Amino acid sequence: MSVRVRIPTPLRRFTANAEEVGVNGDTIGAVVDDLERKFPGMKERLCDDQGRVRRFVNIYVNGDDIRFLNGLESHVNDGDEIAIVPAIAGG
Amino acid sequence: MNITAAKGASAVLCASGRDSGADSAGLRLGELGAPERERLRRGRVLIVGVGGLGAPAAMQLAAAGVGTLGLVDFDTVESSNLPRQLLYRTADVGLPKATVAAERLRSFPGLSVRCFSRRLVAADAAEIFSQFDFVIDGTDRVATKYLVNDAAVFCGLPFSHAGIVGFHGQTMTVMPRQSACFRCLFPTPPPEGEVPTCQEAGVIGPLAGTIGVIQAMEALKYLSGAGRLLTDRLLIYDALGAEWRSVRLSPNRKCPLCGAQPTIHRIESVEYDIEECR
Repeated sequence: MSVRVRIPTPLRRFTANAEEVGVNGDTIGAVVDDLERKFPGMKERLCDDQGRVRRFVNIYVNGDDIRFLNGLESHVNDGDEIAIVPAIAGG
Repeated sequence: MNITAAKGASAVLCASGRDSGADSAGLRLGELGAPERERLRRGRVLIVGVGGLGAPAAMQLAAAGVGTLGLVDFDTVESSNLPRQLLYRTADVGLPKATVAAERLRSFPGLSVRCFSRRLVAADAAEIFSQFDFVIDGTDRVATKYLVNDAAVFCGLPFSHAGIVGFHGQTMTVMPRQSACFRCLFPTPPPEGEVPTCQEAGVIGPLAGTIGVIQAMEALKYLSGAGRLLTDRLLIYDALGAEWRSVRLSPNRKCPLCGAQPTIHRIESVEYDIEECR
């Protein structure tokens, strides 16, 4: 499946400042792996060393939190929009 | 509105709209009639952190006719604050932010300002919060954002959460035990150093102003009863791309604070002891 991933500004240093990137995968986990292949270093910002989504990052598929779907096993379809939302603490 | 010169080279906005709401174009809106404006006048908003977010929020609320503002900030004005914290002037560098902000805001007729020139801590957060109707989280510290969230939920106090860094901002409004809280989104504080700090990434002034003003708008809507609050949504602003997005939130049944089986039953100070983002 070919999906679009919205990259939050704090992570655009990995994507040469691209706001949105196209990646492939049947699940969110596969999407993250493809992100890593195309943009090395990205996965470490999203997942811990056991492959779980970091607790200060949330991932959404078409606006729905994957924690309420099937986590990294959540299926994606062609054209889905994936959003990465990190915790932001500045004020 | 009249702009009059105050001490030194500073100029202070005095909003005549506070005295007679009908004279202010912004207050002729149907949604803000006499009853709503009276609710604003009786309203009490606490702003925790009078910096990039809190300063513009405070100015907007003061000008809109909110009756009471509470300001919590332990910090002093630094020259690096000036490009985005528009309440402060060069002559204020070194002075306590809460005190300076309170003095400046008291130029608005009829506004009562309560000044807490110290750090918000777990020991008395609830006692302070109980004096107000709405809280604005203007803090720049991960740990304090959790403290604000937890204290507000325990007090049943609606509040606006926000975070900014670089050119990225996001904000949500929380109606405790009705809508998603901050811990529904991020259940536990991240390890120190994992979340980009203002010191590492910086933050651009207009972004801070934009998000802070939205927080003020949420307070005005809550107090007046107008419109729909930013609950169960996270509003995200990408200032570089000039794009607004939102994601849906919902109360998390596994939330350690407001979920079905909470594990947090009181405000614990130790969890909030994370290195400050300055």
